[in-house]
Amino acid sequence: MFKYQILIPSSILILWLILAILGPWFPLEPNHIILPNILQPPSLSEWLGYDDLGRPVLDRLMMGARTSFFVAFGVITVSLTVGTLIGTISGWFGGYIDLIIVRIMDVFLAFPGILLAIALSGILGPGIENVVFALSVVGWVGFARITRAQTLSLKHREHVLAARALGASIPRILRYHIIPLLMAPLLIEATFGIAGIVIAEAGLSFLGLGVQPPAASWGSMIRDGTGYMLVAPHIVLAPGLTLLLVVLSVNMLGDKLRDKLDVKSQ
Amino acid sequence: MPSFIISRLLSTLTVILGVITLIFLLIHLVPGDPVQAMLGETATPTDLEALRQALGLNQPLFTQWWQYMTHLLQGDLGTSLYSQEPIIDIMIERFPATLELAIAGLLVAILIALPLGSIAALRKDTIYDNSAMVFSLLGVSIPNFWLGPLLILLFSLTLGWFPVSGRENFLSLILPALTLGTALSAILARMIRSTLLEVLNEDYIRTARAKGLRESAIVIHHALRNASLPIITILGLQLGTLLGGAVITEIIFAWPGIGQLTIESIQRRDYPLVQACILLISVSYVLINTLTDVLYAWLDPRVRYSV
Amino acid sequence: MTPPLLNIKKLSVAFKNSQQHLTQVVHQVSFQINLGEKLALVGESGSGKSVTALSIIKLHDRQRVNYPTGAIEFQGQNLLQKSEADLRRVRGKNIAMIFQEPMTSLNPVYPIGTQLIEPLLLHEGLSKSAARSRMLELLELTGLPEPHKRFNSYPHTLSGGQRQRVMIAMALACRPQLLIADEPTTALDVTIQLQILELLENMQQEFGMAVLLITHDLNLVKRFAERICVMQEGNLVESANAEKLFEQPQHAYTQHLLNSQPERIQTDYDYTTAPTPLLDAQQIRCYFPLSKNFFQRTDNEIKAVDEIDLHLYPGETLGIVGESGSGKTTLGLCVLRLQNCTGAIRFAGKQLDRLQTRQLRPLRRQLQVVFQDPYSSLSPRMTVEQIISEGLIIHYPDLNHQKRRERVIKILKEVGLQEDMLSRYPHEFSGGQRQRIAIARAVILEPQLILLDEPTSALDVSVQKQVLELLENLQRKHHISYLFISHDLKVIRAMSHRIMVMRHGCFIEQGETEKIFNHPQHPYTRSLLHASLFM
Repeated sequence: MFKYQILIPSSILILWLILAILGPWFPLEPNHIILPNILQPPSLSEWLGYDDLGRPVLDRLMMGARTSFFVAFGVITVSLTVGTLIGTISGWFGGYIDLIIVRIMDVFLAFPGILLAIALSGILGPGIENVVFALSVVGWVGFARITRAQTLSLKHREHVLAARALGASIPRILRYHIIPLLMAPLLIEATFGIAGIVIAEAGLSFLGLGVQPPAASWGSMIRDGTGYMLVAPHIVLAPGLTLLLVVLSVNMLGDKLRDKLDVKSQ
Repeated sequence: MPSFIISRLLSTLTVILGVITLIFLLIHLVPGDPVQAMLGETATPTDLEALRQALGLNQPLFTQWWQYMTHLLQGDLGTSLYSQEPIIDIMIERFPATLELAIAGLLVAILIALPLGSIAALRKDTIYDNSAMVFSLLGVSIPNFWLGPLLILLFSLTLGWFPVSGRENFLSLILPALTLGTALSAILARMIRSTLLEVLNEDYIRTARAKGLRESAIVIHHALRNASLPIITILGLQLGTLLGGAVITEIIFAWPGIGQLTIESIQRRDYPLVQACILLISVSYVLINTLTDVLYAWLDPRVRYSV
Repeated sequence: MTPPLLNIKKLSVAFKNSQQHLTQVVHQVSFQINLGEKLALVGESGSGKSVTALSIIKLHDRQRVNYPTGAIEFQGQNLLQKSEADLRRVRGKNIAMIFQEPMTSLNPVYPIGTQLIEPLLLHEGLSKSAARSRMLELLELTGLPEPHKRFNSYPHTLSGGQRQRVMIAMALACRPQLLIADEPTTALDVTIQLQILELLENMQQEFGMAVLLITHDLNLVKRFAERICVMQEGNLVESANAEKLFEQPQHAYTQHLLNSQPERIQTDYDYTTAPTPLLDAQQIRCYFPLSKNFFQRTDNEIKAVDEIDLHLYPGETLGIVGESGSGKTTLGLCVLRLQNCTGAIRFAGKQLDRLQTRQLRPLRRQLQVVFQDPYSSLSPRMTVEQIISEGLIIHYPDLNHQKRRERVIKILKEVGLQEDMLSRYPHEFSGGQRQRIAIARAVILEPQLILLDEPTSALDVSVQKQVLELLENLQRKHHISYLFISHDLKVIRAMSHRIMVMRHGCFIEQGETEKIFNHPQHPYTRSLLHASLFM
């Protein structure tokens, strides 16, 4: 039971990774329009059928995997770096720096996350770089907030006081006594963050604010399919199920990770 | 308590000021010439200059900001570039629909989460608990822009129980509310479960047991009352997710609220209207959070009776 | 002879973990309590004493607990076989219980009155007003000041001692035949401990009930109990009358416990040569702003340390005593400049208070610390070797890896640990072992002064004595001066050459240890000594 809860989601995520990285080397034809095949249901020759323009759904799905993967990891990298840096500075140095940073974080937190991303990508225009930028602007605050709170509580712990008593310099204290202890909560936040970003990217694309056509995203595939739901439900079901499976897998692994790391920290 | 409320209100004000400033700066992010972007390629130089004048875009940034603020304070949000109507009127027309949807979604979330989370906590590690947590995992993982179409496919197109879209009567509210409330209900159910489990481990619960109280009295009287405090805070914070989700839900169901208006305005490059929509939703969110903080303080005697 | 009130027969208790794996923590324990008797159940942490006590009214998590053998007969009926509904009629009515943590044992969102009358409404069916007047009488008896006023107060407005009085009044509400008191004084300051213990004694006489006192503190029991049961690792190893147990302990573990009481291990310090002080601090002052509200900037302050002078000679131990909130820890951190303060600090000829953080760093080698909580004072993600060698890396960067390891191993052996522990992590060690690691981390730098902040308070008595002996050995060998901070007068007396008493951030008195203990000048010192020596 326990094994499958890790094995199955891990396999799904590894598949996602392979598709994203090796996608260009597969013989895919995501933009090849075959007019007679418009809205054709899944068959033995084309497993997931064709969409409203007669393009193969499976090929587009695999291209969509690449989009969501690169957006997710781009955003996580940027927001983790920026957030951790700002959070550590704010928490360790305190004083006016902290006061200003906290106010700025409050302002960013005052926006419902997806709304700020919608506004940003709406104003910047569609495109994958703008999606990454918009979602990073939203994403860094979460990491900064956790890092700051953790740093604040850690800096008064006795092991840090002991390090100060040993005469350790600030970089040394941060490197050996604070940052190693931030890893577990940041890893957990990053995992759940990936799930959120995958949904957000698809959501922006669903609203037409994400990647540009003809590039594929699971979100834009769902949007394109909603008009044909009665006649060709597979166009909506396939990308939606894929999206659900990936997000579910990330969340399941996140839960397991949290259980494991929490036990150790006690 | 009064000093708590006042200091909380002051910090709310500074946050709102920051929010307004950030939204004001958004329009300056438009790549290239914003006026050109708004009017499109066919605009004549005189049209461009006129709009630039109207929006005050050729003045220094700080002057523009100051004008924006003073106009806001007078309730003047500007005029829509598309319909030429005062934005404030459009807001007043559209806001009730979004409010209705948000409240309905919140109700759905609470009605699902409260029984689910409590049963999961009280029957920990049983089949009830496990099923509730599976539901919760599914709930947070399912995107609302997929759940919405699925509900339409099943309940509107196939069974014909509810209308596909629009805002006609009570029936047309059901599917949007379900779409919007599911994710929140999942998050909330988890929160209620973990908070309740934590509270049930507290020393005062053991004291209550040692007095000989019934389990039901312990849960209702001693546990839920204490658990409600953190839950209220989480609920306030999660209303952001709800308001953000409302934008997408309104698009799916053609619900004539602020969310739909936001996307329409983005497509029409009606930036003043986009600004106003974002502002309205964010400020509502900030105010809701202030309200939950005050509510929390009022419910918690440790804060209520502090000097 | 009348049958015992409570008869525990061969009770075993086990718990299931999340994988349904059973671990037995109490093994076939048997004892009786007679009507009106005062029985104490004594043991160190992990002995199973609290588990046994909670089993009597079955307060354990029902899904996890398991009773492989035994019976708990109360007034002839086996409580283990009673239904939950029947048990509820016993709890709070016939058997009442009070707990260790008065701060968390009351529900924070209800006024104390609401919680106090609950047992009466439940078991005696009294009206609210009748219950109220009955509880007010009881509160009066327990010595809660102004019970009428406090009745509608919330728990957070009461002090720990007051809350424990409320808990006792609540437990006595239905005049139980048996009161179980699980470490009722452990969380309280020593002067309050004595008051609560005296209250329990008075109430026991007043109500004639039997009392089962659970504690780790043998001294507490000496004064209170008529009969004593000693538990070790889930087994009951000895039970005897109090007098007999103290005079002729039969079991080796009981003897060990009795021998573990700290006795003076310190040799006298020769003050006649009048050495120059190693550390001389003048007018140390440290205030904390109470609330940083929008309106009130800093007009409210806690005077954590208020104008304290302090000096310490080479090789001397100065004990700083005080109850919680006396500012003793803050003072210690101040003189080491780990906490901002004002005042002049002179250490080994250098004016510490004038040095910048950077200039201070080389001096840190001479000034080391050992903290109270061995669980949080070691970096959890570092190995023992990394922890102990960190100071060497900072102050002797030229040492190569091999040399460093040699010194770490040497110091490890000196504090009584083994070489094979080098690559292990702190969470793999017991509290006593961790404290030895923390001591090694300090001593490896060969400091002139170590601040010992309650170094033994988190440890069991038997471990406590070993750590104290280790500290005394190290002091003699390396000629280290100790600033020894503790709330525990027995530990202070065992270790210190000289004592300074503090209260609410102020200096009370100071002098050579035996002088203070035999001829305390200040009334506060007298009450402190009275309370702690009685117990």
